[in-house]
Amino acid sequence: MPEITRETVQKIARLANLNLTGVEQDTYAGQLEKILEYVHKLNQLDTTGVPQTSHALPLQDVWREDVVTPSLDRDEVLAEAPDPSGGCFRVPRIIE
Amino acid sequence: MSIDYEIVVGLEVHVELATRSKIFCGCSTQFGAEPNTQVCPVCLGLPGTLPVLNREVLNLAIRAALALNCELAEHTKFDRKNYFYLDSPKAYQISQFDMPLAKNGYLDITSPNGAVRRIGITRVHMEEDAGKLLHAGQGGQIGNATSSLADYNRTGVPLIEIVSEPDLRTPEEAYLYLTGLKEILEFSKISDCNMEEGSLRCDANISVRPLGQAALGTKAELKNMNSFKNVRAGVEYEAKRQIRLLNEGGRVVQETRAWDAEKGVTRSMRSKEEAHDYRYFPEPDLPMILLTADMVETVRETLPELPQAKRVRFQTQYGLNEYDAGVLTATSELAEYFEAAAMGTNPKAVCNWLTVELLGRLNVEGKTIAESPVKPGQLNALVKLIESGELSGKLGKQVFAEMAEKGEAPQVVVKRLGLAQISDVDSLKKIVMDVLAANPGPVAEYRGGKAATLGFLVGQIMKVSRGQANPQKVNQLLREELEP
Amino acid sequence: MEYSTLSAVDIRERVVRGELKAEDLCRAVLDRIRALNPQLKIFLAVDEAGSLAAAREVDRKRAAGEVLGPLAGVPITLKDNLCTKNFSTTCASKILDGWKPPYNATVVERLKAAGAVLMGKANMDEFAMGSSCENSAFHPTFNPWNPAYVVGGSSGGSAAAVAAGITPLALGSDTGGSIRQPAALCGVMGFKPTYGRVSRYGLMAFASSLDQIGPFAYSAEDAALLMSVISGHDERDSTSAEIDVPDYRAQLSGGLKGLKVGLPKEYYGEGLDPEVRAALETAKQVWRAAGAEFVEVSLPHTEYCLAAYYLVATAEASSNLARYDGVQYGLRGEGGHLLAMYGATRAQGFGPEVKRRIMLGTYALSAGYYDAYYKKALQVRTLIQRDFNAALKQCDLILTPTSPTPAFKLGERMDDPLTMYLSDIYTISVNLAGLPGLSVPCGFTSQGLPMGLQIIGPAFAEAKLLQAAHAYQAQTGWHKRRPVL
Ligand SMILES: [Mg+2]
Ligand SMILES: [Zn+2]
Repeated sequence: MPEITRETVQKIARLANLNLTGVEQDTYAGQLEKILEYVHKLNQLDTTGVPQTSHALPLQDVWREDVVTPSLDRDEVLAEAPDPSGGCFRVPRIIE
Repeated sequence: MSIDYEIVVGLEVHVELATRSKIFCGCSTQFGAEPNTQVCPVCLGLPGTLPVLNREVLNLAIRAALALNCELAEHTKFDRKNYFYLDSPKAYQISQFDMPLAKNGYLDITSPNGAVRRIGITRVHMEEDAGKLLHAGQGGQIGNATSSLADYNRTGVPLIEIVSEPDLRTPEEAYLYLTGLKEILEFSKISDCNMEEGSLRCDANISVRPLGQAALGTKAELKNMNSFKNVRAGVEYEAKRQIRLLNEGGRVVQETRAWDAEKGVTRSMRSKEEAHDYRYFPEPDLPMILLTADMVETVRETLPELPQAKRVRFQTQYGLNEYDAGVLTATSELAEYFEAAAMGTNPKAVCNWLTVELLGRLNVEGKTIAESPVKPGQLNALVKLIESGELSGKLGKQVFAEMAEKGEAPQVVVKRLGLAQISDVDSLKKIVMDVLAANPGPVAEYRGGKAATLGFLVGQIMKVSRGQANPQKVNQLLREELEP
Repeated sequence: MEYSTLSAVDIRERVVRGELKAEDLCRAVLDRIRALNPQLKIFLAVDEAGSLAAAREVDRKRAAGEVLGPLAGVPITLKDNLCTKNFSTTCASKILDGWKPPYNATVVERLKAAGAVLMGKANMDEFAMGSSCENSAFHPTFNPWNPAYVVGGSSGGSAAAVAAGITPLALGSDTGGSIRQPAALCGVMGFKPTYGRVSRYGLMAFASSLDQIGPFAYSAEDAALLMSVISGHDERDSTSAEIDVPDYRAQLSGGLKGLKVGLPKEYYGEGLDPEVRAALETAKQVWRAAGAEFVEVSLPHTEYCLAAYYLVATAEASSNLARYDGVQYGLRGEGGHLLAMYGATRAQGFGPEVKRRIMLGTYALSAGYYDAYYKKALQVRTLIQRDFNAALKQCDLILTPTSPTPAFKLGERMDDPLTMYLSDIYTISVNLAGLPGLSVPCGFTSQGLPMGLQIIGPAFAEAKLLQAAHAYQAQTGWHKRRPVL
């Protein structure tokens, strides 16, 4: 049963790209620990050899033919962009 | 005293598949369009959109797996590889993790000294390509750009990733592996393998270990090599760097490094510690794939003969030597051209015309075989004219030049220039008699026992006939006239 | 014009007969929204121009003698996580405030083709994460039966739009009870179809393997009408089933006679509100009197459902919500470099419940924890599916409470996520198993708050569920009661 420390919360927040305040980190540490404690009850079950259900329906082999269909108009593509530039989506520099 | 080291290299190759539409939507895969003009809600990863697999992606991936001697999975599925980056509009890549399409294949490489080495292929899996980034300011370098731009045309272009075992031992072997791989993929029409357009990209895992040691050394992952020559050079440099480091008492650190082709060195790429926690999990939006034996066999039937097998067959079936067979099987287009042109006639003659005359000419003009003005049927007809004696080999070259110039069939050229070989006895006899009458001296010499004079007389006849007289028949007629 | 007690079936028939002009009705709906929305806060965006244009088109078609669709002139409300082309779609999140998608969800296309009049977008818990509608980034929605109480969630706005008599039909989405629980708390019918019955294309994903779109209505007949329009295979959704869609309305008769109904003992244990328990008892008597036979069944892994659900749902959500990063659309936070911009956007754009679930899901998938959490949850999901398969071999349908309690007061559960999660204790197993589940009104508390019962059936047995609900409604008048507004 892992203890949720502030460091763990920071690591998870980095993976999820969420800037959290110190207060939020502490709140989530407490809440996550409580939820995980609850969730831990799954370990009461022996699931050795039980297959995993990742899809609700057992469908298989669904596909489409290799046919080109019209793309969006570029004006539509960029209509909601916070910072369009030269037909592209612009963002601040990548390297810190 | 320094110890001897062994270089250990494994390659990860990403190849764009030759489909018309993207892997999960109907947008075109055509290269070179204006930024963000080949995108739709699905490949832009807009909220609410869902992927639908392109059947042709599966076909081509199966074809690649078969061509690389892999075992195909009975069940295969897609997974999400989660990471945040500008090139990934959904912040995850749909890829395959623990149930890849195919495993345990191999590729044979032949070193220049003729030794064959079998390189293991760990896995082949399907995935989607990422977007293209442009870096603004400061010469377009990511490191000092003031802002970056995203173009998602390439997002969702289908890829297969081919991972080799760490079986390669020299930079040259890495080069040979890539050339062999490219040849197979091109031949099987799985990919156009165009490196300038990014259709084939390669990363190398490189480590070194003392000769005889079984355990692998710490590896570095080398990226950013945009040609096979760069892979060879990059591997060579990196291996030397690691050996030098170890010899100086240092340690190799596991890291990602970039090849700087201009400076000819590898550099460490800064990367965050957690960057590798991809949190893979099964893609809930795409059902499992069950590969039936039927499906695999249907694809196997479309698998063309691979270059190595073709080279052997060209030698046995057409009696060509190893060198010529190698030249003719360099690309599938050339091999197809040859086989069409050789149909029903002398394959060696076709090979000569093709490799000496046609390829030489195309080379000068910078054209591919597909752009050749002389079509396979036309070359076939030319060789047949010569073989049947209707056209002399000498005039054949002139005819060929006209064909290449004007794109005409050989029969048309022969007719237009009146170059058909004169083989009918009456016409030839008239010429022979005229020449004998005009050269009483040489005739007397020949009759006097100077056999070499016959050559002179033949030459005169050919001259008078502008090369069109059938030399065999001329010889025969001359002998009949001159012998008592 | 007083229209609020008209059923969808009535409206369509009157429009077809020329007794009701779709435009007049549309204007009346717009008036009612203007009158009620300030107090109930049901709508996030009202499409006045679009709805009027659609209504006029229905009237034009009728005048021209053209064939009218099965929902001709019928006003409908959409949950705000269904994409509507060039019209605000926000998932009740600041991160998407004002976003206008360049495409329509498949259900939206089907509604338009059927002649429905789309009135606007209803409030919800942000990204469908919540059970009270209080997690909307904009405002909570107030229960039409008593504004001191929540409407339930996450499709609370859609449930309230029907309960308040604004539109006879609404669409919601259900990942763990998000249609059925608010339906119960608002006194209307809510139906979560079998996973794969309705295309998810254009539904902004919360948990892709659990999400399903479904209807709200007062009567089983109206729900059946809407179900026939939205159901069926969609080539844009690889997880939609290629199974024929029956005319659900034509199959409504059949009744409860001879029906074997399973009562899972685990659903009637502690934690069930006494008034809800009593309402269920009364309902059972009605069913029995109509000829149904009850058998006790067991769903032994019930106590693990919530844990498995929260791992599966949050893991998928952590990935589905990663795309909201300020690059292409929506909010963009300030940041000197790319990662800082991502972090700021997501910190400002997401509310606390969404962040909490992203954190939980990210944790469950992260290196070293995958097997212990995510994989384990997928295995338990298999056990839960097996439970239902076994139980449904012993009976035709399963009857349970929809929610352990009636509507609770606004603010009451906001500080305790786990208690809030327990609101869905009877509904989430159905999503894990992928089965159809329907909530139908079954009485009122002494406070005058509605309660609902849940009917669960085998995969793709939608017609059977609607039949049972229809027969039950024929014996009771609960669904005819309307709040005083
Ligand atoms: Mg890859
Ligand atoms: Zn696309």
